Amino acid sequence: MSIDKSKDGRLYTSKVMEHFRNPHHWGKIDDADGVGRVGNPICGDVMYIYLKIKDDIITDIAFETLGCVAAIATSSIATEIVIGKPLKEAWKLTDRDVANALGGLPANKFHCSMLAEEGLRAAIQDYLKKQGRSVDEFK
Amino acid sequence: MIYLDNNATTPTDPEVVKAMLPYFTEKFANPSSIYDIAFKLKGVLENSRKKVAKILKVNSNEIIFCSGGTEADNIAIMGSVLAQKDKGKHIITSSIEHKAVLEVCKFLKKYFDYTITYLPVNSAGVIDLNVLKDSITPETAIVSIMLANNETGVIQPIKEAAEIAHNAGVLFHSDLVQGIGKIPVDISELGIDYGAISGHKFHGPRGIGIMYLRRGAPFTSVIRGGGHENNKRAGTENIPGIIGILKALEISSERISKGASHMAELRDMLQESILEKIPQVLINGKDAPRIPNTLNISVKYVEGESMVFMLDEEGIQVSSGSACTSNSLAPSHVLLAMGLEHADAHGSLRFSLSGETTREDIEKVLEILPPIVSKLRKMSPFAPPEFK
Ligand code: FES
Repeated sequence: MSIDKSKDGRLYTSKVMEHFRNPHHWGKIDDADGVGRVGNPICGDVMYIYLKIKDDIITDIAFETLGCVAAIATSSIATEIVIGKPLKEAWKLTDRDVANALGGLPANKFHCSMLAEEGLRAAIQDYLKKQGRSVDEFK
Repeated sequence: MIYLDNNATTPTDPEVVKAMLPYFTEKFANPSSIYDIAFKLKGVLENSRKKVAKILKVNSNEIIFCSGGTEADNIAIMGSVLAQKDKGKHIITSSIEHKAVLEVCKFLKKYFDYTITYLPVNSAGVIDLNVLKDSITPETAIVSIMLANNETGVIQPIKEAAEIAHNAGVLFHSDLVQGIGKIPVDISELGIDYGAISGHKFHGPRGIGIMYLRRGAPFTSVIRGGGHENNKRAGTENIPGIIGILKALEISSERISKGASHMAELRDMLQESILEKIPQVLINGKDAPRIPNTLNISVKYVEGESMVFMLDEEGIQVSSGSACTSNSLAPSHVLLAMGLEHADAHGSLRFSLSGETTREDIEKVLEILPPIVSKLRKMSPFAPPEFK
């Protein structure tokens, strides 16, 4: 990953800090259509993702995250990226996309972005399962 | 800026810097040389050693200058066990030591087949002297226990532990790094054979430390070269550093009784007010004697790095034992050894004050921290509904 000028000698990029300071879509959706609960086996952090879905489009999203700055920022930007998107597209979001959208992450923090990818996929899967559908249709 | 990470490092006292400066540019000679300007520096060096020894209440030939606390721990333990390799290859240490001791033990195990016993601590963070006693074998070469823990500030019963070791004919090393400058440390009273001191933890410079080596204690130098420090630690003497650590010791020993009660008062105020203002907080090490400047807490349902960064945004610097803040991505081994749950170690914060910390600083922290905790708890998947 190229050196990000926005870091200005700091550990995290300004984009990461922006999302950390004011995370988007944090909270809980009580009547969610799909819920993803994932944990990070590396450092023990946890993320829950809640989805409202209509016609296979993510109409609302919320997250709860216990984790580091990178974990909170990746949760926030991931929700920002996929809200309003069709499930099929959201399914394709990778940890790399999430990290890139934040202008990069420190090498030892890259694993934090996996939480967002996995959480989102778990929530989509949960929704599809309830519908009697399978993720195979997205593959 | 409210800097409350003084167990990590401290700003060098301007008086210390002032004392050091001439030794960089004017009085720069190598004390090993024989011409006048160098020979005079040899005198400065030995005089400084005497003064340091006096403050620490030991003999001047028991003071070995080196590069810092880590080096002092390394050369003391390795130098001791290598000098007694015929006695046996067993080392006793504790599960809460600094990496500078733990990694030396690991190294000796891996390359020299030593066996290491790690003494457990109780939930207050203190070793059990009976377990120490029972762990000593005829093969035990050294016991190494720190005076005060860097994360929790908990003080270990060094005098008693050293006595137990000596009664069994075993030598004793103590990492004194976090004690010096915070509590009065009388090395002869502690009765240890080896000790480690670091300059920058009490407003001295970095790059200078002291190994205490009791006269007659077995030792062989592991830093070999030009025979400096009475053949105990080779390398051209860091005169500016030595002047600096002496000055810092002088200042801290002058101020210690006032400084210690000032820090204790503010630390206790911080502790009590946090407990009042923030529900579900644990005070780690509260049931043990602690150095007066350190407060370690666990905030339930949140993670430490995010608290550290939010505090930093407000100009407050502290540290955390969270897995996310460590290079190894494992939570603090010290807190885990005290029996904390992984999640509680994950939500830990360490405040370490200095003599310069003011009441206003602490009041500011008490104003800033509670909303940070509530914000993170609102975001946390584990926080119970009353925090939402
Ligand atoms: S979530 Fe633990 S390091 Fe980022």
